[in-house]
Amino acid sequence: MLSKEEGKKVLIKGLIILAIVTLLEVGLALLGKGYLIHGFTLPKSVMYLGMIIGSLYKAYFIVFEFMHMKYEVKGLSMSVLLPTLLLVWAIIAFLAEGNYWNDSRLNIVKKNNIGLENQSSKAEDVKSLENHH
Amino acid sequence: MATHSLEHDLNQGDAWSGAKEPFKASYGKLMMWYFLLSDAFSFAGLLIAYGTLRFSVPSWPVPDFVFSTLPGGIHHAPLIFVTIMTFVLILSSVTMVRAVQEGHYNNKKGVIFWMLMTIIGGLGFLGCQAWEWTNLIATEHMTISTNPFGSHIEDGTYNVDEHGHPYAAGAVKESFTKGSSYIIHKVDDNWIQRSYTTASGETKVQQFGPKAFGGIFFFVTGFHGFHVFSGVAFLTIILLNVMSGLYEKRGNHYEMVEKIGLYWHFVDLVWVFVFLAFYLL
Repeated sequence: MLSKEEGKKVLIKGLIILAIVTLLEVGLALLGKGYLIHGFTLPKSVMYLGMIIGSLYKAYFIVFEFMHMKYEVKGLSMSVLLPTLLLVWAIIAFLAEGNYWNDSRLNIVKKNNIGLENQSSKAEDVKSLENHH
Repeated sequence: MATHSLEHDLNQGDAWSGAKEPFKASYGKLMMWYFLLSDAFSFAGLLIAYGTLRFSVPSWPVPDFVFSTLPGGIHHAPLIFVTIMTFVLILSSVTMVRAVQEGHYNNKKGVIFWMLMTIIGGLGFLGCQAWEWTNLIATEHMTISTNPFGSHIEDGTYNVDEHGHPYAAGAVKESFTKGSSYIIHKVDDNWIQRSYTTASGETKVQQFGPKAFGGIFFFVTGFHGFHVFSGVAFLTIILLNVMSGLYEKRGNHYEMVEKIGLYWHFVDLVWVFVFLAFYLL
């Protein structure tokens, strides 16, 4: 366990880190949408990557410092942390599935269009029909 | 010999009598960790469902357009209110760490003070969320089945003003670009879906945004808010027990405060990802 002084130091450090990372994330979101600097838009890939890394870092900090995971024995931390790796699979699989639903529905609309109008439809038309639900 | 050594173990208060703690953590703390792991999977399931729904439609409401209102009638302040909410929750997490620390030093007064601060932080967060929901439901008319937040799928020019009335002669008609966001207003139980003319000359009306948005937003933020609410309830119960001197008598350095602390930090941890999925990405 930490001494009283060290404990307070970790606390202030934690507060500053979490606040700064949160502000950076919001800053990235606003930059990426072109709010902060007029006429400048951050590339979406940089924005998304920055946000995800920032959030994972905050999560690491909360679990290891605030929840004292780094002072627990290895068996305990591994038995809690390792199962969460299953989520990596779940995220990839389900997002791919969602994407597939979108593709197939667009495909159906597209094929119906060809049948009705006997002409190739533009992607724009497909999307506008999609929005009608 | 075997019997003898078993008896020896029992007498010494070893493994078989439960004196040896697995992972050097008490039963309560260990089970809190496993409960939190299972709860993490619940939240992960909900957030992944959100991602799947979002990926399954061509367009999705833009968070910095949807969440851009502040109390006091301030509009066009993207993500500011939810950033304040996040700070409130981070602060309450920090005060919780202080309460646990004071518990380790057996300082009853310190534990009481910092737990009280944590409860106030939790109530503050719930108050913010109540305002956010009220604004979305009562002012912007988003429900679990209706989503007035849409995105334009093509460039165009509106044929009517934002109240749905035809433009006055000589007025400049509002135009928009593909991908820009709009909200469909509701006046006296009537939705005002503005008609517009596309660049290719077609006349269309504004459509509602993807239906799933309202339902998944209220469900996930509501589920998180319910965790905050039950956290506040348990913090209050444990605070009363601290005040009555119950944990002082147990002489285990306020371990119960540590356990509710784990839960409280977890609620903050979940908010990191709810914040990422719903407000940032």
